[in-house]
Amino acid sequence: MSILVDADSRVLVQGITGTEGSFHARKCIEYGTNVVAGVTPGKGGQTFDDSVPVFNTVEEARAETEADVSLIFVPPAFAADAIKEAAAAGVRLALCITEGIPTLDMVDVVAYCLDRGTRLIGPNCPGVISPGKCKVGIMPGFVHLEGIVGVISRSGTLTYEAVDQLTRVGLGQSTSVGIGGDPVNGTSFRDCLEMFAEDEETKGVVLIGEIGGSAEEEAADYLADDYPLPVVAFIAGGKGTADEKMRVLSEAGVTVVESPSVIGVTMAEILGTE
Amino acid sequence: MKLHEYQSKALLRQYGIPVPESEVADSAEAAEVAAAGLAEKGYTRFAVKAQVHAGGRGKGGGIKLADSPSEAGELAGAMLGTQLVTPQTGPGGVLVRKVLIEGGADIANELYLGITIDRSKKRPVIIASTEGGVEIEEVAANEPDKIHNEWITPGWGLETFEAAGVAYALGLGGKTHRAATAVIEKLAEMFVGLSASLAEINPLIVTGDGQVVALDAKINIDDNVLFRRPDLEAMRDPSEEDELEIAAAEHSLSYISLDGTVGCMVNGAGLAMATMDEILLAGGTPANFLDVGGGASVERVAAAFRILMRAPGLNSVLINIFGGIVRGDRVAKGIIEALQTLEVDIPVTVRLQGTNAEEGRKLLQESSLEFIVAETLDEAARKAVEAGE
Repeated sequence: MSILVDADSRVLVQGITGTEGSFHARKCIEYGTNVVAGVTPGKGGQTFDDSVPVFNTVEEARAETEADVSLIFVPPAFAADAIKEAAAAGVRLALCITEGIPTLDMVDVVAYCLDRGTRLIGPNCPGVISPGKCKVGIMPGFVHLEGIVGVISRSGTLTYEAVDQLTRVGLGQSTSVGIGGDPVNGTSFRDCLEMFAEDEETKGVVLIGEIGGSAEEEAADYLADDYPLPVVAFIAGGKGTADEKMRVLSEAGVTVVESPSVIGVTMAEILGTE
Repeated sequence: MKLHEYQSKALLRQYGIPVPESEVADSAEAAEVAAAGLAEKGYTRFAVKAQVHAGGRGKGGGIKLADSPSEAGELAGAMLGTQLVTPQTGPGGVLVRKVLIEGGADIANELYLGITIDRSKKRPVIIASTEGGVEIEEVAANEPDKIHNEWITPGWGLETFEAAGVAYALGLGGKTHRAATAVIEKLAEMFVGLSASLAEINPLIVTGDGQVVALDAKINIDDNVLFRRPDLEAMRDPSEEDELEIAAAEHSLSYISLDGTVGCMVNGAGLAMATMDEILLAGGTPANFLDVGGGASVERVAAAFRILMRAPGLNSVLINIFGGIVRGDRVAKGIIEALQTLEVDIPVTVRLQGTNAEEGRKLLQESSLEFIVAETLDEAARKAVEAGE
C-alpha cells in the first residue's frame, strides 16, 4: 500500500518554472508521477513542457486540477509563505525541499499547517517516494525498488546509500521518507513509524538518524511500547556523539548498526531473505 | 552566528532591557579612559571583561574587577593581545582583541533567564531559574525542580500573564516582579524579532534596590535569517571563525576542521558523517568534515581539494560521492581535471555510487593519475586508511 503518496496522488509543483523546480518536475514526470499542475506567481496561463498547466496561486491550481500534494521548490525568502499558501488552499500533503528557511519562520509554518490539517514534510528534505508508484522529490528514482521496507531518514544522500543497499539485497521499499535536517520540521520519525505500522505492505523499517536534536530519542520512546515491525537504525555522526541515541534505540528493541555499510544486509538477515 | 557580549548587550538595550553602563575598549589606555568616565558617574568598581565568543571566561581569568580606573587599565592591558584559554576554547585559547569596561554592579541575587528553540515542541522555550551565575546544564542535571519552562506560542508571542508567571516562579515580588516581567516580555520579543537561536542572560541580577539588570548576555543569531538582516550580518566577527571554514563557505562548501589524518570529500552532510564513522571503524581518523553539496563541477572539486589540502597532518584523501542528479562520470572528470591543476602528493581514494558510477570508475582507472578506486563504503574507508599508513 505504501504511505503518504501512491499511484493516485495528484501532484502540483510550487516553483515549477525555476531552475530546481523545472529540473525535478521533469524527473518526477519521467518516473511516472502524476504532475497535474505547477504554481509560479506571475506565470499563470503558461504551460510547462507542453503538458503541465501553470497557475498563479495554489488555490486556482487546486480548483482546476484537484491536486492534493504539493512539492515546493521556493527559495528561502518566500518558502514559508508558499507552504502556508498550500495549507490554506487545503493541500493534504506538502513537501518542502528548500534549505535555509529561518527556524522561527518554520515555527509559525508548522503551527499553521497543523491548524489546517496539512501534513508537512521537511523543509530541507529530499521528499518522499513510493517506488513503482509515485516520486515526489529529488531522490534518484533508479536506485529504488518497490517492496516491503519502509525507510525514514533525516539525510539526503545517506538515504540513497541505504536504499541502494536494500535494493542490492533484493529488499525493495514501500515508501522512503526524507524528513529533513532542519531543527523545526513538519514530520518526525515517530509520525512515520506510526504510519508504517498501519501499512500492510511494510514489513520492516530502516531509520537513518544523526546527531543533534532529540528526534531519535522520541522515536525510541514510541518504539519501546510494542512496535509491530522490526527496525534497523544507523545514526550518523557516530562513535561518541551519537552513542546516547544508539543506546536508547537499542533498549527500545531496535537493531542499531555501527557501520553504515551493513544497513541493507542487516535488514535482510532480520527479514530472513538472505 | 555568535555575537560578543558587548554586541548582545547593545541589542538588549535596543529592546529596553536594563544592562550595566559600559564601554568597549581595545587598548589599556582606552580601558582606563572608559573606567574614568564611569568613575565620574559615581562608580567605584569596574569590571574588565574579555570579549571573546567562548564561554567560561571567568575560569580562564577573562573577567576581573578593578577598584580604580588605573587598575582597570592595567587589567585590560594584561588581557588584550593574549590568548585566553577557557574550558570552552581549545588548549590554544583565543586572542582577546577587545574588552568591555562596566560599572560595578550591586548584586543582591543572581538568576538565570534564557530562550532557545525547543525542537521537540517546535516553538521557542523560556528557561528560568533561581540558580544564576552557574552552568545551567548542571542545574538541569542536579536540581531540575529549580528550572521553570514557559513556551512561546507561535503567531501570538508571549502574553504578559505568562511572563508574570515566570517572574513568580523566580520567587520575585513587588516592584522587582514587575521589572522582571518586563525583562522577560522584552527578551521574548527580542528573540523572535531577531530570529535568534539563543538568547541567554546569566546572571540576570536583582540589585540591592530591587532593580533587574542583565549582567551578562549571549545571543546567537539563526544563520538562515542573515540573508534578510544585513544589520545583524554586519556584526559578524570573522576573526573568531576557523579560516578554512570561512574559505569553504565562500565556495558554498560546508567544512569543519578535525584532528585526524584522512581528509574526506562527500556530497551530503549525513553521508559525510557516515563516511567519517566508517573511517573511524577502519581504524583511521578523519581530518575534516567536508560536504560538497549538490554540484561536483571542476571548479567546486578543485576548490574543495585546495581547502582539504591545507589541513595539517593529512596523509590520505577519501572522496565519496553518491550521485543522484550528479553524474558519476562528470564527477570523475571533475576530479581528474582538478588534480591535474593541483599538486596532490598524497593517495586519493575515490568511491562513486549512483548515477553513471561505473562510467566514472572506469574514467578514474584509465586516467594517467593514480587513484585508488572502491565500490562500497567500507572498502573505501579501509583503503583510504591503509593508503595513509
